Amino acid sequence: MTVLGIRVHLRDNVAVVAADVQSGDVVRLDDGGEVPAIEAIPRGSKVALGPIVCGEAVVRYGEEIGRATKDIAAGEYVHTHNLARER
Amino acid sequence: MSEDFVFDGWRRADGRMGIRNHCLVLATVACAAGVVREVGRRLPNVVAVEHAHGCGRGGPDLGLQIKTLAGLVQNPNVGAAVLVGLGCEVVSAALLKGVLARSGKPLETVVIQEVGGSRKAADEAEDVARRLLGELESLPRERGTAADLMVGLECGGSDTFSGLTANPAVGKAADRLVELGGTAILAETTEMIGALGPLLKSAGSEEVAAKLKANVERQETRAREILGPLAGTVLAPGNVESGLTTIAEKSLGCVAKAGSSPIREVVDYGDRPSSKGLVVMDTPGYDIESLAGMAAAGAQVILFTTGRGTPVGFPAVPVIKISSNSELFEAMPDDIDLDAGTILVGKSISEVGEQVLDLLLRVARGERTRAEINGQAVFAIAQEGPAF
Repeated sequence: MTVLGIRVHLRDNVAVVAADVQSGDVVRLDDGGEVPAIEAIPRGSKVALGPIVCGEAVVRYGEEIGRATKDIAAGEYVHTHNLARER
Repeated sequence: MSEDFVFDGWRRADGRMGIRNHCLVLATVACAAGVVREVGRRLPNVVAVEHAHGCGRGGPDLGLQIKTLAGLVQNPNVGAAVLVGLGCEVVSAALLKGVLARSGKPLETVVIQEVGGSRKAADEAEDVARRLLGELESLPRERGTAADLMVGLECGGSDTFSGLTANPAVGKAADRLVELGGTAILAETTEMIGALGPLLKSAGSEEVAAKLKANVERQETRAREILGPLAGTVLAPGNVESGLTTIAEKSLGCVAKAGSSPIREVVDYGDRPSSKGLVVMDTPGYDIESLAGMAAAGAQVILFTTGRGTPVGFPAVPVIKISSNSELFEAMPDDIDLDAGTILVGKSISEVGEQVLDLLLRVARGERTRAEINGQAVFAIAQEGPAF
């Protein structure tokens, strides 16, 4: 299945999925490009658009919203288990 | 649309324009709440406001209470007010009436300990309010324009879609309102934590930038002191369930409500801006207290976005509720005025922004919001210190 993903800014390395995603579904971005989901992602949550290494900035709206707390693979679900805002 | 953005309102003595013409029955202290509630039961046409404040606090908090209660009475949507006090409290009816001496509005006081108890106070307040309601009916209406409007921007029960749909659509409406000469207030300092980057780009002057930075940094420091490691989130459980992970993510979505106009001024809680255009007010992220600050400054209407859904309204000030997703609009149809979730299925942000502006105008012309129809009105004032 294909699900819409919304990326606000070209610099963003995550997108928000507009519907529930199953592992293997393709997230197609509204501004072009797509990424296969490697796990289930609930509607409204974030999918990684490419690999993000531990400590790297997670970017939404073109701005840093926090840092990866572990390595994140493309197509992975991004939420409190692998993203936190730290100083 | 500029020529069409007109409505008939009530011009108050201070020159500001009301889009409603309410008689307020206001408790000056929590102890008068029961009397005010009783008057509200007897006279459904008054706006009866009770709260937990009025006594037992330190100076700074009492100052905030007096400023906010007086600001609510001075809100242009209020035509007249009955101030109901107990008699031994700090924020007494006489004190508040004194603060409001130059408001030019009919103000009456009823003091429970002076008139012989709560029943007599309710009878007297009812009589006075009935007379004021009659007087308000004969007030003439006058033509108002966008330049007369001050619109408060608020989000509550945010989800990940808020920053993609409802907030940017409200941002477009705020931009149009400002172009037409009106005023929009961005509040909720907690929800600016992590979003200083875009806000500072919009700062209209160095003074504005410095004050924004100071306010947001102070709020973040306070959050860290009180919440410890949780300060990076400062999210309600529902925000996290919806997919929001960090406060910065929530904030970046929240500030989209302000649109792209330059920020002209940064004011303290409840203070009246001296500039038109986009202004920022220092308020908590807690919706009810934030609304009170904007209403006290004179906002006649609130644009309130929500992803999780909230029924919240405010006394005397219409609150327009905009959902960030269509599932919410379908799930809570009696509480939401407009659905911005249509942006997820092809409507443009500008199109929905025009819908928001159109609804704003209809409400200024008298159309009742869902919260008004439902009688939803809650009131609380931001506080700093402990109760004594």
